[in-house]
Amino acid sequence: MNLRTVNKPVRKIDAMQLVTGQPVYTDDIAPRDCLIIKLLRSPYANAWIREIDTSRAKATPGVWDVYTWEDVRQDGRRFTCAGQTYPEPSPYDRLLLDRHMRYVGDVAAIVAGETERAVDLAIKKIRVAYEVSEPLLDFRQAKDNRILVHPEDNWETLAAVGADNLRNLCAHDESAEGDIEKTLKESDIVLDRVYHTKACQQTMMETFRTFCTIDTYGRLHVVSSTQIVFHCRRILANALHIPKSMIRVSKPRIGGGFGAKQTVIAELYPAFVTWKTKKPSKLILSREESMTASTPRHEMEMHVRIGASKDGEIQGIDLYTLSNTGAYGEHGPTTVGLSGHKSIPLYGKAKAYRFVSDVVYTNVMSAGAYRGYGATQGIFAVESAVNELAEMLGIDPILLREKNMVRQGQKMPAYYGLMNTSCALDRCLAKVKEMIKWDEKYPVRFVGNGKVRSVGISMAMQSSGIPGVDVGSATLKVNDEGFYTLLIGAADMGTGCDTILAQIAAEALECPMENITVFGADTDASPYDSGSYASSTTYVTGKAVEQCARELRERIVALGAKILDVPAEAAFFDGREVIFDDDGERKSISLHRIAAYSMDGNTIALEVTKTNSSPVSPPPFMVGAAEVEIDLQTGEIKVIEFDACVDCGTPVNTNLARVQAEGGILQGIGMALTENITYNGKGKLYENSLMQYKIPSRTDIGHIHVAFENSYEESGPFGAKSIGEVVINTPPAAIADAVFHATGKRFYELPITPEQIAMSQI
Amino acid sequence: MTVTVELNSRKVTRNIEPDMLLIDFVRAEGCYSVKRGCETSNCGLCTVFLDGLPVLSCSVLAARADNRKVTTLEGLLEEAKEFGAFLADEGAEQCGFCNPGFLMNAIALFREKPEPTEQEIREYLAGNLCRCSGYEGQLRAILKFLEWKKERGHK
Ligand code: FES
Ligand code: FES
Repeated sequence: MNLRTVNKPVRKIDAMQLVTGQPVYTDDIAPRDCLIIKLLRSPYANAWIREIDTSRAKATPGVWDVYTWEDVRQDGRRFTCAGQTYPEPSPYDRLLLDRHMRYVGDVAAIVAGETERAVDLAIKKIRVAYEVSEPLLDFRQAKDNRILVHPEDNWETLAAVGADNLRNLCAHDESAEGDIEKTLKESDIVLDRVYHTKACQQTMMETFRTFCTIDTYGRLHVVSSTQIVFHCRRILANALHIPKSMIRVSKPRIGGGFGAKQTVIAELYPAFVTWKTKKPSKLILSREESMTASTPRHEMEMHVRIGASKDGEIQGIDLYTLSNTGAYGEHGPTTVGLSGHKSIPLYGKAKAYRFVSDVVYTNVMSAGAYRGYGATQGIFAVESAVNELAEMLGIDPILLREKNMVRQGQKMPAYYGLMNTSCALDRCLAKVKEMIKWDEKYPVRFVGNGKVRSVGISMAMQSSGIPGVDVGSATLKVNDEGFYTLLIGAADMGTGCDTILAQIAAEALECPMENITVFGADTDASPYDSGSYASSTTYVTGKAVEQCARELRERIVALGAKILDVPAEAAFFDGREVIFDDDGERKSISLHRIAAYSMDGNTIALEVTKTNSSPVSPPPFMVGAAEVEIDLQTGEIKVIEFDACVDCGTPVNTNLARVQAEGGILQGIGMALTENITYNGKGKLYENSLMQYKIPSRTDIGHIHVAFENSYEESGPFGAKSIGEVVINTPPAAIADAVFHATGKRFYELPITPEQIAMSQI
Repeated sequence: MTVTVELNSRKVTRNIEPDMLLIDFVRAEGCYSVKRGCETSNCGLCTVFLDGLPVLSCSVLAARADNRKVTTLEGLLEEAKEFGAFLADEGAEQCGFCNPGFLMNAIALFREKPEPTEQEIREYLAGNLCRCSGYEGQLRAILKFLEWKKERGHK
């Protein structure tokens, strides 16, 4: 196919605004007279507010009001903050202000005032008497524990996800194909291991933030750094118990999301304050709040059993995942599914699989959505197990994968039984083998000074939207002189979706990028879109854009033909003109003139809205290999090279796809090596700042090289699949295996720290 | 207290609280390019020039800028565009939130060391965190920009 705009390194349409520091983010455009909001947070992991005295706080000069659980009906309907399609799988387990504090950081009071100083002072003047209870902190002990995180009567689940609040269960699920016990018994070799990953933080550079105003019609206008404007509208209506028609949500530029902003975190409080006071208000969460009171990755423990024949044919995979959703169930029932359904299908030869999962409540901060969404955890476990299996069998890990990996045209039983319609995983593996010079470097080399260099590898997959659920829409209209406006409800959070969706429109309309302007996302004006998550935007919304552009072309032809007074069937549009050419009789009219005509006595709307949803979700695939250098004495470890190859179908924007991959890989490296989460005995998180929670800086990494091997996905726009999430999934298992090759010690828990490495050498 | 600051070549005299931070001062003056990403001086998003040298404005009192020159990206638009175009051509700005602080420090680097090595670039900019890009695109942009400057210098 001859592509003009798609599959090109097009500049982001907002690039120059961003790099010159223009005021385009939430806090840059908030009204100056916003009430400032701050939150009083619980110091206890499990406590009830016996008494709360706000009188002195309210009397503080400049303070507008203080709100506590007494301002919210405790028997009212609960809600979830998870941005998911209704009815949400996540249980309705939250109140806007609750008398029961379920983790250190839960909100005890909202303070709104004219200045930060006044609010800070007022917060100190609130007196709370807590009735402190023993917290439930060990997620392995949570199921059927006598301590209940959600003992309340009005806890509710809308979907059949196996949840039971009286057992601390947020979800339970089982799926299988074939007889796994028999298959494992008949295998020559069975590897049986347990892996543990922690609640890593998305750590987008812009923390959670929202401002609210009341609009001309008395409605609540919420401007927020969110990936999910439409879900946000529903969640706020649920939380405030007001009609959805009274709420408008829009998003400006977003300073990163990575899934964090697929959950309503900041929005609740300014929405509540502005609705009550009718004054503009804003809430900017501090970094500490963002790290201690948001929704990071689900901590998971994964028990893997893999059976194989002596010659390295993988027979069956059995996985049990225990997931820790923390105090609330945001994304709990859904993330866990990916730990199995997006790891097991990597191995197409397996005859049987079983995947069982439990998701439990505990008294730590709630978990939520983070790039990879459970697949990251599951792939670390399964890929680590496969690496260890290779060692036990005495087979090169690449060879073992060549023998067993899933291939195009295969059915994937563990991936909802779907067909693998486009897959270049085999080519990705071959490419990475060459990029990292595997045959030279595998497994380990001594480089002097007590240092060794070693390599490790991992494969990965993800999905392209939630099949049969996610909805993407696009509206395209023709304006004066023939430029187009593309309206979307998907949220560009830095990913560049405004640009790539415009590229798809430009390709389908045969026009230059400059002719497309993009508007989004705003619940009042955008066509409905589930939002930007689950790797759905390129594949689901992108297809809607393509369909929309094709239908708009037909409209343009219809109107052009009408003006030319020729039959529409005999005319066509070449991107510039509608042309009628019948045996030498040639007539044409420019889009410029059609646009002018459309605004003058016209009755054919040059505007089309298309909505798309996909019954399938073709997975993107990836292979990543790490080369690490380890000082065996100090345990110091550095990834000196990470080579990866991605199959995302047709990369719509070659530059942005590459940078997405590079960024995701580095996040994965952080998860593997430095991003730790530890709690004290009372449930207080130690890593509550960028000082303690160590995300990689540019001196922590050698080079990341990314290549692409494209498959062509027929159901995607111009052959595209997703890329946003798969890219975080390969570093953990690849690095863990490299560490093993260097040290002879296997690590089953992340992060792998220098201390642990050094101790393993004693 | 009263301070007079030469902010982006414009003198401003303001009555401020003694504990006001420079980041809040410049944002209140409309210099919204200056962002806050942490409370622990770790992210570099708030980088501005104080008398021409990069500082973290979250860790400097506005009072310290009295009778001194403060420059934000708003005052360096030409340089920002020139180098920023290279970032844009790599797609290395993703969410863009870290970009102003990163550009400030990069411009400081180019002024201080017109021909830095790759290692010097990494070390000079180590305090500028970016969660989106993995830093590779930023590095490519810097190297290409330096190459372009060198060629232009030769002409
Ligand atoms: S705001 Fe993070 S270093 Fe200044
Ligand atoms: S571009 Fe988003 S943090 Fe750097």
